Amino acid sequence: MSMHIMSAYDEELKYLTRRISEMGGIAEQMVGESVRALVNSDLALAQKVISDDAILDEAERQIGEKAIITIAKRQPVAADLREIMGSIRIASDLERVGDLGKNNAKRVIAVAGSGIPRKLARGLEHLAELALVQLKEVLDVYASRSPEKANSIRERDEEIDAIYTSLFRELLTYMMEDPRNITPCTHLLFCAKNIERIGDHATNIAETIYYMATGAQPEGERPKDDNTSTLGAVKD
Amino acid sequence: MNIMSEAAVEKALDQKMNTVPYKMIGKDVSVYYGEKRALFDVNLNIRENTVTALIGPSGCGKSTFLRTLNRMNDTIENCRVTGKITLDEDDIYDPTIDVVELRARVGMVFQKPNPFPKSIYDNVAYGPRIHGLARTKAEFDDVVETSLQKAGLWNEVKDRLQEPGTGLSGGQQQRLCIARAVAVSPEVILMDEPCSALDPIATAKVEELIHELRSNFTIVIVTHSMQQAARVSQRTAMFHLGNLVEENDTDKMFTNPDDQRTQDYIMGRFG
Repeated sequence: MSMHIMSAYDEELKYLTRRISEMGGIAEQMVGESVRALVNSDLALAQKVISDDAILDEAERQIGEKAIITIAKRQPVAADLREIMGSIRIASDLERVGDLGKNNAKRVIAVAGSGIPRKLARGLEHLAELALVQLKEVLDVYASRSPEKANSIRERDEEIDAIYTSLFRELLTYMMEDPRNITPCTHLLFCAKNIERIGDHATNIAETIYYMATGAQPEGERPKDDNTSTLGAVKD
Repeated sequence: MNIMSEAAVEKALDQKMNTVPYKMIGKDVSVYYGEKRALFDVNLNIRENTVTALIGPSGCGKSTFLRTLNRMNDTIENCRVTGKITLDEDDIYDPTIDVVELRARVGMVFQKPNPFPKSIYDNVAYGPRIHGLARTKAEFDDVVETSLQKAGLWNEVKDRLQEPGTGLSGGQQQRLCIARAVAVSPEVILMDEPCSALDPIATAKVEELIHELRSNFTIVIVTHSMQQAARVSQRTAMFHLGNLVEENDTDKMFTNPDDQRTQDYIMGRFG
């Protein structure tokens, strides 16, 4: 896109873009580390993830402040306005991703030493890998602003939902087998749910990017394959 | 109760806007100043009881187009207008049209407040007097009061109607000019950058006034302030190098315009 007549305006927009990319990098790292800490019962790594969350919180605040000042000073319109509003939304999604990573890290302590079956840990790792790919790709799309790619990410959230549903069933089975599994499995269930929601935030970001690029909302319902909210319910 | 979704409400409003009848229709309007062509086949219709903002960089033809709407270009030597402009059903460039009567139907407010060097009262009473719209003292008093009230100036000047209009502040003078335009009960009011000589408070008062006047008049406003166009108008037309680039709902124009030139201009980018 062409430059603004006032170059300071371009600088302000570039600042937002740069900070969002930074936030994305940190969020990605936190999610990866939290799952690694969980699988390896690594308390030190979990502690690092917990303290890293403050960086994201602070970055979101700074992006919000800069956005407010830019709106007040420049009265942005059209693509510029969408860019700034999009930055605010994406920063808040990334901040939530950080919170979810932190929450997973906190559960490491509760789950550690309870001897999680290897198979469950694998399932969780796989789920996290998918969510991380989703997150990484959406951050690449943020850099390229391609509405087509944003749309394709949105359509892939279905895969994460499906794996989450199968993991949910598996955890239920373990709990039924032995009541001593209930505590660690409940924590793992929350962890899985957290990761599934990270995928949702990546999808939110994809939708925001689509809107920033085109000025229109992506068409059609968001694909969903998360059936856990009705799982185990008594059927008529 | 049937609650409409936001999108449905918006769509209904759009459709409502699309059904607003045209007050003036400009078809293939071109303007030449001597050899120089200033407007190129502009097709722009003005909706009734709507504020239409004309925007674009200096020299883009927006003021030229505004002036064709009440034949103000007639006063410029060498100026030639082609195409067709109608007010309701009347072709305003028809030779049988009385230009004085046309300008009573299509009034104008200029960039710089230009009150006559007369009293506040006489400034407003001038139009009704030359057009024979009032006869008795009571009739004149009445039209002066209602016009000043419509222009939001009555309370500020009612005790000094005999003082010179030129003694008012800039913002008050501009509202006096609006009262003067309103006094002859025009159908359309043209405004050529009416706030560019006013401070932000006076500007806000004039903008509030434009908003109120919309229910009784059709308004066309030329403005250099993007934000003013966004604040006061329902339709916006963007001119560039003598061409009409885009005409759209103001809400659409300032969030997601169709044309790249509009986008660059309103965002303050190099085109």
